[in-house]
Amino acid sequence: MVVPLEHVIILSGLLFSIGVMGVLFRRNAIIIFMSIELMLNAVNLALVGFSRYHNNVDGQVFVFLVMTLAAAEVSVGLAIIVALFRNRQTVNINEMNLMKN
Amino acid sequence: MTLSLLFYIVSTLTIGSALLVVLNRNAVYSAVLLVFTFFNLSILYLLLEAYFLAVLEILIYAGAIMVLFLFVIMLLNVGRERVLPKMMSFQRAVSLFLLVIFFIGVSLFTIQGVQDLHQPAGSVSIGNVTAIGEALFSKYLFPFEIASILLLVALIGTVYLAKRKI
Repeated sequence: MVVPLEHVIILSGLLFSIGVMGVLFRRNAIIIFMSIELMLNAVNLALVGFSRYHNNVDGQVFVFLVMTLAAAEVSVGLAIIVALFRNRQTVNINEMNLMKN
Repeated sequence: MTLSLLFYIVSTLTIGSALLVVLNRNAVYSAVLLVFTFFNLSILYLLLEAYFLAVLEILIYAGAIMVLFLFVIMLLNVGRERVLPKMMSFQRAVSLFLLVIFFIGVSLFTIQGVQDLHQPAGSVSIGNVTAIGEALFSKYLFPFEIASILLLVALIGTVYLAKRKI
């Protein structure tokens, strides 16, 4: 490997933490979706690193399936956001309290 | 040596652009920076010898998913947030603290755990299309079919959600 495995995993952990930070701090639903994409990519990076380390192709097949899942998730999620925007004219998740009262 | 230097440079760029994605006020800038992050990740995959996934990363993420994001951002016209959310309320401080703890925990665990791993000897070429295709169509044939059903369900769900009255 070009770098030790630890460095790949730490980079992946940092990316995942940045994604979590986006989900926790931002109020724009679209940005929250982008942060979820960042988290998925961080996991993909870790899987590729381990796969390279073990000379095993299984991790890369997993990454392939995660990418499929990300595509499906984004299409449905963005459709939900568009439907919500039609009803409430906002994408701020603080104002989305349909189920609260 | 040059390759490892390239790895560190690209990972710095990745972290920086990911931070900018999260902290930017303008949603369009965030989307473009996310594309940049995906390109950097693709270079990292190349350095880890996952050539097929590097191509897929650009094709699927930068090509398909981000176009969808940009479409929705421009469709909804939510360019710039009027009020920047208050960055340091009590909840945010606590969540940031927990996040740092999480990161330190993950790092410590991996650094300890990796020392127990042992790398198998010899190098097999694993990142090319042949190896992934063989695994995908023999050992992982069932998950592959399930993934196609998942995509079909997502397609039907999206079409249903896009109806005028919901």
